[in-house]
Amino acid sequence: MNQKALPHALHDHAADLVVLGGGLSGCWAALTAARSGAKVSLFEKGYCGTSGVAAPAGPGHWWVPPLPGAREDAVAARLSKAKGLGDGQWMHRIIERTWQNLPDIGRYYAYEPDDDNRIRLNALRGPEYLNALRRYCLAMGVTIFDHSPVLSLLRDSTGRVAGAFGAHLQGTQGLYRARANAVILASGGCAFQSRLLGAANNTGDGHFMAAELGAQFSGMEFSSIFSVVPKNTTMSRSMIYSFARYFDTHGREIAPDAQGQASLGLAEALAAGPVYCDLSRVPQDIRAQLPLISPNVMLPFRRQGIDPFKDRFEIDLVGEGTIRGVGGIKLAGPNCESGLEGLFATGDIASREAVTGPISGGGAVNAAWALASGCLAAEAALSTDRRTPRRLDLPGRAKPKTSAAFSSESHRAIRTGVQREMLDASRQLSRRASHLKRSLTTLDTLWSQSAPSPADASLQNLKRDRETQAMLAVARWCTSSALERTESLGMHRRADEPELKEPVKPYHVLSGGLNEVRSWREEAFS
Amino acid sequence: MIELILAERCTGCGTCISICPSNVFEPSSGAVPMIVRQEDCQTCFLCELYCETDALYVHPDATGHVPSPDTLTPPGDYRRDSGWGSWLKTPVTATSTGAWAMYSHAQENPLEEQL
Repeated sequence: MNQKALPHALHDHAADLVVLGGGLSGCWAALTAARSGAKVSLFEKGYCGTSGVAAPAGPGHWWVPPLPGAREDAVAARLSKAKGLGDGQWMHRIIERTWQNLPDIGRYYAYEPDDDNRIRLNALRGPEYLNALRRYCLAMGVTIFDHSPVLSLLRDSTGRVAGAFGAHLQGTQGLYRARANAVILASGGCAFQSRLLGAANNTGDGHFMAAELGAQFSGMEFSSIFSVVPKNTTMSRSMIYSFARYFDTHGREIAPDAQGQASLGLAEALAAGPVYCDLSRVPQDIRAQLPLISPNVMLPFRRQGIDPFKDRFEIDLVGEGTIRGVGGIKLAGPNCESGLEGLFATGDIASREAVTGPISGGGAVNAAWALASGCLAAEAALSTDRRTPRRLDLPGRAKPKTSAAFSSESHRAIRTGVQREMLDASRQLSRRASHLKRSLTTLDTLWSQSAPSPADASLQNLKRDRETQAMLAVARWCTSSALERTESLGMHRRADEPELKEPVKPYHVLSGGLNEVRSWREEAFS
Repeated sequence: MIELILAERCTGCGTCISICPSNVFEPSSGAVPMIVRQEDCQTCFLCELYCETDALYVHPDATGHVPSPDTLTPPGDYRRDSGWGSWLKTPVTATSTGAWAMYSHAQENPLEEQL
């Protein structure tokens, strides 16, 4: 790469392992590798410790002790809901990994005893947990680059993924090129910048970069979960809404949430007018504990003068995309291999069908997956390198692809267009071929309108343009996959093709491609 | 969205600039950081948690700018309820020795603690 040709300074970094994304999974991957002596660099778009959906939440973890039969029962229960898409071995592995590794953060995390004076090692507060992970990473010698979004993956002359190219937005600003023997992609799912709490950075950048090199996706049709928030806010933490009742402006009650998922009835009522939530059924003890368990849940109410347990308040639904959804990069091996040599995918960017099936792994299963997949990938990434101890150079050929850029109007128009298709709750919760085809045409048109990036684009704009493109790409895989799965399954509801009476042979919907988006079926072996 | 940095409370430590996941702030020539990309704020409230002097205020409306009244002082309730920073020693979240002792116990007897 000719440094003089770039309008920005170019910084070079080198490590054994590069981790892209500093949320739950990226942190666990980085510290696992660093603990075994590897030189690890972690690049985070925002700040490792506050970025991502776990930080403002309260991640529980799938937590099953190794008692006779306990794990077998937990896995069997989950497998029965997985409709042939689950993998019992994977489930056992993430349960065991979580059980073994989660207590490691005890050195950096101040647990709080519950009412019975017990420490619950698996139920953690997000801000403290992510802060603990950051400090743990630093103590193990991980180099953390905050405010350093990745713009593309880099390959060496053999085609192996050997680094990443991106921008430092703070400090010594400029572009960077990080080389490594292996790369772990842990950049999270994509919620299309809905107001899902903590998800603004989750724009599918990693999906996009991997797809540029030919990665495939699985389960992208499982991307249609919506959560309740107080109107205009981001507070999507759902615990108290399990006690909620909902009413329209005429005071008529609306069917409540279906387990952890807003119902179609709620979405339709909201499309027709305001919907009010009544939390008067929340038990007193939970009201009292709420500020302690989830200290941010009361903020939107308190600051808008609402007593949520007395007053009915207006709500919105926010889309969860592939975050509480399931789809992501199709894994090609037992240690989160992405199918591209040198690249691993962990956490929410990977398809989680193996551990969740077609329903959400929201909360516990997803957190266990994030942790375990990060640890497993880190170990595999390091052992791969020991087998091929060659020096990795980045020759001129490992240039980043030019990223497309848009004027700020077209940028905004594209984002709005993507959100209109992907965040319309009543349409996403009752999908129809006719709608999906129209969506896909709209999204394809938006794609064709993207233009090459001006060489002098600001670092902020390079990042923003990449995000816009990435959301658009993810939207197209989701829509195309939703068309391919013609029957209703799990969270994917087809109004035109309800659940099949005769179960078909379970299959995965795979997808990929950028200029031409494709989706196809692959038989599931579980 | 982030609406306010109270100059009287801000010490100019720059923590909010670093920890904001959306890179909303920038340093200014004075001590108080500037809110330069307000529309990028993801309304996660985490800057309030990290602000040692409760100088920041995030309005819960994430859809647009809501001007805060001149009289508003940031309540610091997120930090207080979380037992974060200087609140760590208050009874709300007393964790110190008791919790650590229990944690060691849990490590030695993981099953007992979890059942």
